Amino acid sequence: MDVLILSRIQFAFTVAFHYIYPPMSIGLGVFLVVMEFLYLKTNNPIYEKIVRFWVKIFALTFALGVATGIVMEFEFGTNWATYSRYVGDVFGSALAAEGIFAFFLESGFLAILVFGWNKVSKKVHFISTIMVALGAHLSAVWIVVANSWMQTPAGFHIVGEGLNARAEIVDFWAMVFNPSSIERLTHTLGGAWLTGAFLVISVSAYYLLKNKHLEFSLKSLKIGFIIALVASLFQLITGHSSAKQVYEYQPAKLAAFEGHYETTKGDLYLIGWVDEKNQNTVGIKIPGLLSYLLFNDFEKPVTGLNEFKKEDRPPVNIVFQTYHFMVGIGFLLILLSILGLYLTLKNKIADNKTFLFVSVFSVILPHLANQLGWMSAEIGRQPWIVYNLLRTKDALSKSVDGNEVMFSLILFTLIYVLLFILFIYLLDKKIKSGPDNLKASYDVYTEKPNIIKS
Amino acid sequence: MYEFLDLNITWFILVGILLTGYAILDGFDLGIGILHLFVKGDINRRIMINSIGPVWDGNEVWLVTGGGALFAAFPEVYASVFSGFYVAIMLVIFVIIFRAVAIEFRSKNPSPRWRTAWDWAFSLSSLFIALIFGVALGNIILGVPLSADKEIYISFWELLNPYAILVGITTVALFTMHGAIYGVLKTEGELQQKLKSWVNNTIIFFVICYVSTTMVTLIYIPRMVEVFKSHPYLFVIAIINMLVIANIPREIYHNREFRAFISSCFSILFLLVLFAIGNYPYIVFSNISNEFSLDIYNAASSRKTLEVMFTMALIGIPFVLAYTISIYWIFRGKVKIDSMSY
Repeated sequence: MDVLILSRIQFAFTVAFHYIYPPMSIGLGVFLVVMEFLYLKTNNPIYEKIVRFWVKIFALTFALGVATGIVMEFEFGTNWATYSRYVGDVFGSALAAEGIFAFFLESGFLAILVFGWNKVSKKVHFISTIMVALGAHLSAVWIVVANSWMQTPAGFHIVGEGLNARAEIVDFWAMVFNPSSIERLTHTLGGAWLTGAFLVISVSAYYLLKNKHLEFSLKSLKIGFIIALVASLFQLITGHSSAKQVYEYQPAKLAAFEGHYETTKGDLYLIGWVDEKNQNTVGIKIPGLLSYLLFNDFEKPVTGLNEFKKEDRPPVNIVFQTYHFMVGIGFLLILLSILGLYLTLKNKIADNKTFLFVSVFSVILPHLANQLGWMSAEIGRQPWIVYNLLRTKDALSKSVDGNEVMFSLILFTLIYVLLFILFIYLLDKKIKSGPDNLKASYDVYTEKPNIIKS
Repeated sequence: MYEFLDLNITWFILVGILLTGYAILDGFDLGIGILHLFVKGDINRRIMINSIGPVWDGNEVWLVTGGGALFAAFPEVYASVFSGFYVAIMLVIFVIIFRAVAIEFRSKNPSPRWRTAWDWAFSLSSLFIALIFGVALGNIILGVPLSADKEIYISFWELLNPYAILVGITTVALFTMHGAIYGVLKTEGELQQKLKSWVNNTIIFFVICYVSTTMVTLIYIPRMVEVFKSHPYLFVIAIINMLVIANIPREIYHNREFRAFISSCFSILFLLVLFAIGNYPYIVFSNISNEFSLDIYNAASSRKTLEVMFTMALIGIPFVLAYTISIYWIFRGKVKIDSMSY
């Protein structure tokens, strides 16, 4: 296989795997801040138990997020050197900002969050929790800014020609607040909050099903469902404004979202299939709704894919499918959140085994939505790596050959599969041992201190 | 903005500070990792891991930020080196992942086999990271086949030349010494005695490597010493460096571990300063033709980016220093294992 395909597979695979973890850290960060705030306010030890339990899981997801995140930072240089030369001036500064403003904050205070219980006062610990959550959000800010610049470049000019052309910053703030930054950032963060909330919901529901840790679980569920409801409704708003913004700046992508070829009034598909060969989309649709959502007018024409040259169009069906499944999951999450919050507030949730059972598995939904949403955003950007400026196929490293990428791709696959199995194994173990056994799980296999066998 | 400054030199120094910060901070935790397998008994190994527990990922952030700063300030270097050293960089990435996971996973399961397996992963990955960063540095000193299109065409095996391996081993020796001293600082009782007895051996090992590397460099890589010939006062740095290294066993002898550790930090700093001075103004030296070399001007970003980033650095650095110092202050003293430890 050629370098282009392999490099794209490798980047997609490593970024998808990486993106399992940061949304969990961001979402759990919000949950921990709320819980520790309640602990300080009420002094109820159950909240401390909740915080201590989830801090452990936070640390696990954070470590995997860091380890797999370093890969991403290096991979621009290793596999996409031409891209790196082209955008270093712009893209590099966002990455450097992420390091200096987000990672140092996050990793520094994480030490206190995890290991500092006996070293600092409760208040300082709470501040550390806020700082870690803030750091996690800031890192999302900078990386989404960098990515949004690839979607809707702004604040730059092109210097040089042909192979020596590169983008240089002329207006830093225009680069940071490029046309899609805000919409994409808010939508990404909303997804992360949902991911954290449903992780908490899933684990708490599992405990209730097993009739264990009742107070712990009910308190967690209440906060979990509140965050989930707020976040899922927030996603409705940010999703809507994202779509409008995509239409304005990346109309080919929006057309691919709905498999819309002819520039006529836009229909909204609930489910469907795009036959790319015959440029035909079939499925259950609501006529004119896409036009209405974009323009408040059921009849106004929406730019179709036919307005774009074949070589400038993204792959359509996969973008259509990933987009529609994401939206579908979004509505499902709203439904689950409303139902869950209602049952929790009415004190009926512990008896509703069916809903608890569904809740246990609900954890997978936000993850799926995150992955599918990113796929539609990034595949929808194709064939460009920087929209309308640089094509993905022209962005590769010249000094890297197919065998080398094959080698790294195979190793990544093996290592990540192993990591994922271990992560699930440890998570499962931690959840099963529960919040009461924090100590027990650690001290089973220890010897007396300072006996050195040599 | 900043008209009074040559921002290319400034960024050469700032990227240097970030990578030196990485070498000093991650240096001791890689050293702890290298020594880890020599420490016997589960509780002692837990003490070793927990001695770096609260700080190791913060230390790695220096590398991440250094990488980001290199990308932003000198994108040509970032692109050429990372793609040119593809296989080596990939191996480092894999090993960094394994190490992070080993630290995080090791104590989460009581099974002795589980823990032993992760002990090996932790230790070997620490050794390998130190070695490969040293090998990379060795190749940069030696010069690489950087051609007119700014690409480095070199195979992984060509990176493993004798000089680069020598620098690699020296780096391992340096970090092992650094880690042993840090270990003495963080432990007590028999484990501390054990580590203390290793410090002197690691110093001897390092000094032998250091002297050999210096001799080979002086003889075979004249470009690294040209600037010292033309600016003889720079020899002062080389002399201070030797004094700092010689001070380490003296402080250890007097049981002043903290001062020994500070000395060891400074020896890493001065070694890298010597490298940077010798290499200046080049960042990546081409052994094909000097005109293909990437220096601090032809590899840099636009003036505007360097300005923006300098503002960021001015805002960010006080915070970074404040976090770093507070974390080391809060977690000062001997390691105590509790329920939240690794």
